[in-house]
Amino acid sequence: MINLNAKIPEGPLEEKWTRYKSGSKLVNPANKNKIDIILIGTGLSGAGAASSLGELGYNVKVFCYQDSPRRAHSVAAQGGINAAKNYKNDGDNTYRLFYDMIKGGDFRAREANVYRIAEVSNQVIDHYTALGVPFAREYGGTLDTRSFGGVQVSRTFYSKGQTGQQCLLGAYSSLNRQIRAGKVTMFPRRDILDIVVIDGKARGIIARNLITGEIERHSAHAVVLATGGYGTVYYFSTLAVNSNASAAWKAYKKGAAFANPSFVQIHPTCVPQLNEFQSKLTLMSESLRNDGRIWVPKNKDDKRPANDIPEEDRDYYLERRYPTFGNLVPRDVASRAAKERCDAGYGVGKTGLAVNLDFRDAIKKQGKDAIENKYGNLFEMYKDITGIDSYEEPMQIYPAGHYTMGGLWVDYELMTTVPGLYAIGEANFSDHGANRLGASSLMQAAGDGYFILPVTINNYLSGEIRIPRIPTTGAEFEEAEKSVRERIKKFLSIKGKQAASSFHKRLGKIMWDYCGMKRNEEGLKKALVLVAELKKEFWSDLLVPGEGADLNQELEKAGRVADFLELAWLMITDALNRKESCGAHFREESQTEDGEARRIDSEYSYVAAWEYNGENEPILNKEPLKFEFVELKERSYK
Amino acid sequence: MKLRLKIWRQKNAKTKGAFAFYDLDGVSPDMSFLEMLDSLNKKLIEEGKDPIAFDHDCREGICGSCGMFINGYPHGPVPGLTTCLLSMRYFKDGEKIVIEPWRAKPFPVIKDLIVDRSAFDKIQIAGGFISVTAGAASEANSILVRKKKSDEAFDSAICIGCGACVAACKNASAMLFVSAKISQFALLPQGRPEAKERVRAMIVEMDKQGFGTCSNTGACEAQCPKKIKLTNIARLNREYYSAF
Repeated sequence: MINLNAKIPEGPLEEKWTRYKSGSKLVNPANKNKIDIILIGTGLSGAGAASSLGELGYNVKVFCYQDSPRRAHSVAAQGGINAAKNYKNDGDNTYRLFYDMIKGGDFRAREANVYRIAEVSNQVIDHYTALGVPFAREYGGTLDTRSFGGVQVSRTFYSKGQTGQQCLLGAYSSLNRQIRAGKVTMFPRRDILDIVVIDGKARGIIARNLITGEIERHSAHAVVLATGGYGTVYYFSTLAVNSNASAAWKAYKKGAAFANPSFVQIHPTCVPQLNEFQSKLTLMSESLRNDGRIWVPKNKDDKRPANDIPEEDRDYYLERRYPTFGNLVPRDVASRAAKERCDAGYGVGKTGLAVNLDFRDAIKKQGKDAIENKYGNLFEMYKDITGIDSYEEPMQIYPAGHYTMGGLWVDYELMTTVPGLYAIGEANFSDHGANRLGASSLMQAAGDGYFILPVTINNYLSGEIRIPRIPTTGAEFEEAEKSVRERIKKFLSIKGKQAASSFHKRLGKIMWDYCGMKRNEEGLKKALVLVAELKKEFWSDLLVPGEGADLNQELEKAGRVADFLELAWLMITDALNRKESCGAHFREESQTEDGEARRIDSEYSYVAAWEYNGENEPILNKEPLKFEFVELKERSYK
Repeated sequence: MKLRLKIWRQKNAKTKGAFAFYDLDGVSPDMSFLEMLDSLNKKLIEEGKDPIAFDHDCREGICGSCGMFINGYPHGPVPGLTTCLLSMRYFKDGEKIVIEPWRAKPFPVIKDLIVDRSAFDKIQIAGGFISVTAGAASEANSILVRKKKSDEAFDSAICIGCGACVAACKNASAMLFVSAKISQFALLPQGRPEAKERVRAMIVEMDKQGFGTCSNTGACEAQCPKKIKLTNIARLNREYYSAF
């Protein structure tokens, strides 16, 4: 068993972070340049942390799989970034942002961490603005905000539908400044194939140069994972197709506990699968549900074009089932309802895995111009992908895997259970509980990277200043490199019949069917067997063409899929263990009479932190969640 | 539909490349261009052949990873789209499609359709930033920016760094790329204090990387998937001449 000490500072909620900062140890500037830090991933958290640590004077080595740090998947975030600025004078403040997140996460997040991220949110907006991020502005020159994700205040800062891109390019620019200053060294086009632990502390990584195939050793006094989420385990997701869990998974196998792996947000409004070779599902902003009506035909066999189906033959199922909230029910409810209709055979489109999102009535009522003003760029993007003009006929949409609330367990300092190994941004589990609210992911990633990790990491590194640069020749590096090489050799030597992506697709289907929007004991147990069988088949029938000492994209895929096969198993195990429904985790056995999620606080008010146990079953460690400052309530949409 | 593909194959930077021909059946008009290549690669892998290497990631037009020359146009014949968003319904059954990597000296081929665009990063490293240390920023609303200027800065800032402008240019000039970043910061008050040093450093680096000069042909603007405007280059020139 691991000792899960969250190290939450004493005192009132609003004083914890200040007290921590006052009491934590610092590193003398002259000592900082003797210390190396490895950082993996260059999204909002990774690039933010890299530049901040460089500014502090540490030597930072940054790794990413893309050809440039500017391409990390934070780039694709659309809606915005939250902060408790209260610029609209609508009563917002740090506590309210904190409370919305705790409640939105269905009371499965840690109070102290959530309060802290709300606390630093304003500083993030100040910093991005100073970096030249062009947030939307009012005519008077001040920053504009909008309401987002169903909260009652207007706290979301945005740059049209490209907020993630603009924030990421801001972070990339400050990273570049540190590269020029010589404090950050960038290693693009690298896959991280192992984490090296020496005497119980994270001391380095084994990376593969994706161009030359060379296996590299890199050492440091601390290792930070900013590797994002693992939503691509479903194959079809809103993530970049190369997003992967490999570095986080290696960390788990080296002793870092993995928390709440089954907490995955499925986003309801995505472009559905259109063809057999489709590689991803593109997100369409959920704001579309403000004016679009969701429906399927009442008759399963009704194959008429949508516009030819008269009103009396349409089933506006959200309006029917949720008369109060209608099309604006929360993400998880909307996703589950769409799946229910399609599974019952009412789905539309070529595959039957889609529902209509219809703007006919809104256009009739408000005029085409008004709709174009609000959603023009989204309609354009939808047309680019599908060829369908949504002013003339309904969009077809379907839910897709989007964001993983689960991740590596971290304490208040964002350190995993391996000393010297940190996880920030989506890669950790800490701030969103069982469900994330819109525009909170950018806030958390940037807050972790700029203003939390650069403070907390000093507390650890202050004890490392006497450790000279870590050599990469030790037994631990030897061993890690050897196992990495053996695994690559194994991939290349199987010479079976199926490419890695075909296994990935099948894994995604299993996860989607049994560990997706709805889970039950029978299905999850079946999925455990199916995943184990698929894993066996993978290791006996995989086909990787080419060689290791070369650019080999199939080899890259094979490694990622091999790790997903193991992670999927842990996700199912976690879902099976948590017999309650909470947030995005919906266990069919635990629902109210009218089909709403039913939390069981008496039994499951804890973080499930799984510990790797070799070939044996993983060990479940529980961090009890104590709510000292908020009262636990049932989430209700009535 | 059925396609005849003529694709550039090159093992690595050191070897010489050549075109290869592939017949591909069963292409659905619903596929994106990259999904069409995925289906070709699946076929090649199953035949025991080396699949075609190409850069790609987000597949929704925002990361800037993908990019190839399709029938003589960067990102293909449809304006305003990246390769990943280019749908196969724009092509006809039986069509012959020629696919090449970006062709520019500062973008050497790494393998097949993958080129090395690190020259772009080097230009940004030279000066594409505002020097603010985390923690030093003032309250965001203490900097007022005229909305029109802010919107213009945004229009320049949406460059995805794909390299299509360089590939489209007969001189392999990177002026549109550089001018987009210069413009974003030139238009904002936050960018003014370092404006002179920035433009000088970025231009020096651009030349050092071997990009050609701009002769105002405008192919870059016509081919940019994000529709970055040529007026950015005029602003860059003005910024540059007033930086000495």
